[in-house]
Amino acid sequence: MMQPAVQSVQAPQARAHRQPSFLERFQNNRNALGWAFMLPATVLLVLFLTYPLGLGTWLGFTDAKIGRDGEWIGLENFRFLVGDSVTRLALFNTLFYTVVASILKFGLGLWLALLLNKRLPFQSFFRAVVLLPWIVPTALSAIAFWWIFDAQFSIISWALMKMGLIDKYIDFLGDPWNARISTIVANVWRGIPFVAISLLAGLQTISPSYYEASAIDGATPWQQFRFITLPLLTPIIAVVMTFSVLFTFTDFQLIYVLTRGGPLNATHLMATLAFQRAISGGALAEGAAIATLMVPFLLAAIAFSYFGLQRRAWQQGSDK
Amino acid sequence: MSNAKNNDASQGMDFLQSVPRRWVTLYIPILIFVFVLLFPFYWMAITSFKPDSELLSRSGNPFWIVGPTLAHFEKLLFKTEYPAWLWNTVIVSVVSTGISLVASVLAAYAIERLRFQGAKPAGGAIFLAYLVPPSILFIPLAAIVVKLGLFDSRMALILTYPTFLIPFSTWLLMGYFRSIPYELEECALIDGATRWQILVKIVLPLAVPGLISAGIFAFTLSWNEFIYALTFVSSSENKTVPVGVVTELVEGDVYHWGPLMAGALLGSLPVAFVYSFFVEYYVSGMTGSVKE
Repeated sequence: MMQPAVQSVQAPQARAHRQPSFLERFQNNRNALGWAFMLPATVLLVLFLTYPLGLGTWLGFTDAKIGRDGEWIGLENFRFLVGDSVTRLALFNTLFYTVVASILKFGLGLWLALLLNKRLPFQSFFRAVVLLPWIVPTALSAIAFWWIFDAQFSIISWALMKMGLIDKYIDFLGDPWNARISTIVANVWRGIPFVAISLLAGLQTISPSYYEASAIDGATPWQQFRFITLPLLTPIIAVVMTFSVLFTFTDFQLIYVLTRGGPLNATHLMATLAFQRAISGGALAEGAAIATLMVPFLLAAIAFSYFGLQRRAWQQGSDK
Repeated sequence: MSNAKNNDASQGMDFLQSVPRRWVTLYIPILIFVFVLLFPFYWMAITSFKPDSELLSRSGNPFWIVGPTLAHFEKLLFKTEYPAWLWNTVIVSVVSTGISLVASVLAAYAIERLRFQGAKPAGGAIFLAYLVPPSILFIPLAAIVVKLGLFDSRMALILTYPTFLIPFSTWLLMGYFRSIPYELEECALIDGATRWQILVKIVLPLAVPGLISAGIFAFTLSWNEFIYALTFVSSSENKTVPVGVVTELVEGDVYHWGPLMAGALLGSLPVAFVYSFFVEYYVSGMTGSVKE
C-alpha cells in the first residue's frame, strides 16, 4: 500500500543517479565526438581526393576512354609512354622548367626578402604590393604576359628596338627555346612573391643580437649572411622550396594559357600533356598514366621536405 | 605570430651604411623588383582603356593613352557572358569557402583539442592531402563528376574545391587553436559546458583572426582555380572568370586584346580588393601554413 508513495519520494533521487542520456554521453565521449567532428571533412576528402587518387592510378592500367569504362591492360600504357617521344620531351621540359624556375625563384626571392627585411620608407606598402602577382588569378596574369610576349606588338621588343639593341621583333612564343624561356620568366614572376614573403617571415624570427655580436667580432656582411642568416633560415628554405618545386612541377595554367604546349611541343609539361591526351583527346587512361608518372617526383619532393624538417628539429634540440 | 616583433630592433645597425651605399644596395634593387612585379598589371590596365587604333599602331608612346575609352568594358559586359562568369565565380568561391571553413573548424578542433584516438594520424593525413596537387587529380575527378551527374554544373566545382581548401584551412586553424590556452576550456568544462558550447562560445571567438586568414585565403584560392573549372564545365554560361576569359574571348587568330585585358583586369580586382583590406591576415595565413 505504501509503495506508490515510496516511489514518488524516490523518483527525484533516481533522476540524479540515473545513467546519462545518450546525447550527454555522446557529448562527453571524446572519441565519438572527435570522429563526428571529423565527419564532414573526411567524407569530402575521401570522396573527392583519396578515391580519385586511387581511381587515377587504376585508370592508368586500363584502356578507358571518355564515355567508356576501361579494362585492365597492365603496363601497356606506361610501355607506350616510355617509347613516346612527346612524353619524353614533356618530361624533359618539366624537369628543365622546374629546375631553372626554382633556382631563379629561390635566388631572387631570397634577395627580395633580404631587401624587404631592411628599414625602408613605405615598408608595409612595399611588402603588400610585392605579393600581388601571387594573389591575382594566374590565368589572368598569364593573359597579360601573352600580350607582353606578342610577336607583333610586344612591349619588350618595342623598348629594345627603341634602345637600338635589336633590329627585329622577337618571336617570344613561336620559337622552341624562346618559348621555354618566356614561360619560365612568367612562372618566376608569379613565384617570387611567395618565396620572398615566406622567407621574410623566417628572417624576422632571427634575433638581431646575433648580428650585433658578430659585428663586434668584426664579421663582414657576407660572413654574417653566410654564417648566421643562411643556417638559421635553412629549415624554412627547405619547406618553402619544397612547396615551390611542387607547384612548379605540377604547373598547368600558365602553359595552357601562353602556349598550350607549343611550338612543336617544346613547352608541354606533364600536366598539360595529360590534359591534352585525356580531356581534349579523349584517351582518359593514357592521361591518367601520365599523371601517375608525376607521383614519384612528388614523393621525392615530400621526402626532401620531411628530412628538412627533421634537420630543423635536431638543430634546435627540441623534442617537437 | 612572432612576425614584425623584431622590426624595430633588427634595424639597429643600419646607421653604419652611408646614404649612397643604401641607394645602390637597397633602394635601386627594390624599385626594380617592384617595377617588374607590377608592370604586367599596369600593362593590363592601360591596354584595357586604349582604343583599338592606338593598340595596333607602332608609332607614339605605348606606355600612355591619348584617348582613353570604355569601349572594351562595354563590349565585355554587354556583348559577352562575362557578367554570368563573374556571378558563377562569386557563387562557387563563397559557397565552397563556406563549406570548407565549417568542415575545417570541426576537424581542426577535433584533432587539436578533442585528441580522440587517431587524432595524430588524422592530422598527418590532412597534411599529406595538402600536398596532393590538382593536376594529378583532375582526370579521375572528371570521371567521378560525370558519374555523379554533376558535369557542367556549378555544383561540380563547389564540391571539388574543398579538396584543396579543407587541408589548407584545417592545417592553418590547428595552429590557431593550439595557441588558445587550455585553462579556458577547463574552466568551461567545470562550469558544465559541453564541447560544442566550448567550441562555439569560447574557441571560435578567440580564433577569429585565424578564421579570417583561412577564409580569405580559401576565397582567393577558389577564385583563382583553373584546371578543375576548365575540365568540369563546358557550356559558356557555367564558366568561371579565369576559364571564360581564356577560352571564350579568344576568337580564332584575331585576339581581341582590349576586351581580353579588360576581362583580366575586372577578374583580378575582386581578389586584389579583398586582399588590400586583409593584407596582414593573408600574409600570416600564407607564412603560418609554411612555418608549421
